[in-house]
Amino acid sequence: MEIARNSLEKAVPPAKAAGAKSLKLIVETRQTNPVKKTVSESQRAMHPCADMPTKILIQDMNFYYGTVQALKGVNMTVPANKVTAFIGPSGCGKSTLLRCLNRLNDLVDGTRVEGTILLDGENIYRPEVDATDLRTRVGMVFQKINPFPKTVWQNVAYGPQLQKIRKRTILDTIVEESLKGAGLWEEVKDRLHASALGLSGGQQQRLCIARALAVNPEVLLLDEPCSALDPISTGRIEELLHTLKERLTVVIVTHNMQQAARVSDLTGFFLLGELIEFDDTKKIFTNPGDSRTEDYVTGRFG
Amino acid sequence: MKRHFDDELEDLKQRILRMGALVEGQIRQALTALVDRDDLVANQVIKNDRQVNTMDVEIDELCLELMALHQPAARDLRFITTAMKISTELERMSDLAENICERAIELHAEPQLKPYIDIPLMAERAIKMVGEALDAFVRGDSVLARQVLNEDDYVDDLNEQIFRELLSFMIENPQTISRAIRLSFISKYIERIADHATNVAELVVYMVEGKIIRHTIQK
Repeated sequence: MEIARNSLEKAVPPAKAAGAKSLKLIVETRQTNPVKKTVSESQRAMHPCADMPTKILIQDMNFYYGTVQALKGVNMTVPANKVTAFIGPSGCGKSTLLRCLNRLNDLVDGTRVEGTILLDGENIYRPEVDATDLRTRVGMVFQKINPFPKTVWQNVAYGPQLQKIRKRTILDTIVEESLKGAGLWEEVKDRLHASALGLSGGQQQRLCIARALAVNPEVLLLDEPCSALDPISTGRIEELLHTLKERLTVVIVTHNMQQAARVSDLTGFFLLGELIEFDDTKKIFTNPGDSRTEDYVTGRFG
Repeated sequence: MKRHFDDELEDLKQRILRMGALVEGQIRQALTALVDRDDLVANQVIKNDRQVNTMDVEIDELCLELMALHQPAARDLRFITTAMKISTELERMSDLAENICERAIELHAEPQLKPYIDIPLMAERAIKMVGEALDAFVRGDSVLARQVLNEDDYVDDLNEQIFRELLSFMIENPQTISRAIRLSFISKYIERIADHATNVAELVVYMVEGKIIRHTIQK
């Protein structure tokens, strides 16, 4: 994990410095400072992160699949450089909300959104926002492990190539840094040009994380990233999240409550489209404020 | 949803109750041994302490098992950790009951120094506190638990009063010193039992409200 932590700070090797200049430029332009926002004392109950810099601010979010309302007036502050977990039973709206954060629901027919989601203070649902640009800033990793049927190198370099980065030395650097960031480099450095489909499930999922990291996102969304993985691979990814939050903001949806307890700083509990409770993870799992949260985290629910 | 886990939590609660009943009996018997100058009862209390120790270990093991196998959260977690600590408190109370009996047996070698009035009064109050703290645990009643906290002052005051009385005996007649010191010890042991009852009550408040109130002035 130490390797991953250092990967960002590690300067590009001098020989590649000239070529890396443009990469550095990209990195700088994308790193906007999170907007500092404080919340009044009365609002504190729903804002456990009042003292932390805000990355995403969700305001009065309603979401409809046709006539079915999947999210009901959700207000939430996702702090920067923290891991925020969404928990709740199936159909509670947690994945819907996650997909709203990078407008992935735009691709689903018959859906309607009300309310605003501010990323660094800017509403991502303004018409002039390019959804593809947004998804570069807000990357996503899915439950279903989905590497491209290409080589390891091509999987990671694909995003940067779409961004018109052509220089091989730069791409090599991005691939290495991203794989290191995903804690996969040591395992695949000798087989970068072998098919990604030959990797184990856990390795493939970390490759998907590396692929998301390659375009240098500010936020990483994870939808049940470990549900198809064995405990050791799960442990690796959980460890990875602890390191990743130093460079970006992580939001994770999980059915595994112990996982939410282990990896997240803040936990939001959803039920029937409503955010029931949002608080410090330690509080949610030792002394939750709402009896419905308590029933869920103790397994009495249902 | 009914959980199998709930049966195991109920079993844990019953074990704490059985241990609590045994320890209450130990304290009561220790007092009988002192007041009735009965070595037989005293020895029985000393012997029973081993049973309490065994229960303490068994409860610890059960709690560790429940935590390892069920990864409890929220109120389940607070219940189990509280039970684990209450078991320790009860075990210490039983040790103190044993200590009372040891001093009682030593006292019985000499004539009784004075009629025992305040010591039984104090012991009654301490036993009442233990019983109430355990009731509060069983019922998950933090109001009752807070009530127990207020009773500790009375026991402390009695202990102080007994100490002053015994001091006057010792000043007047050095012959009484060994007996007076032993009685003073007993008084202190009872005061400690009440303190442990207070600890149990504080643990119950944590279990119910999730608030740790020990070592704070504002209870």
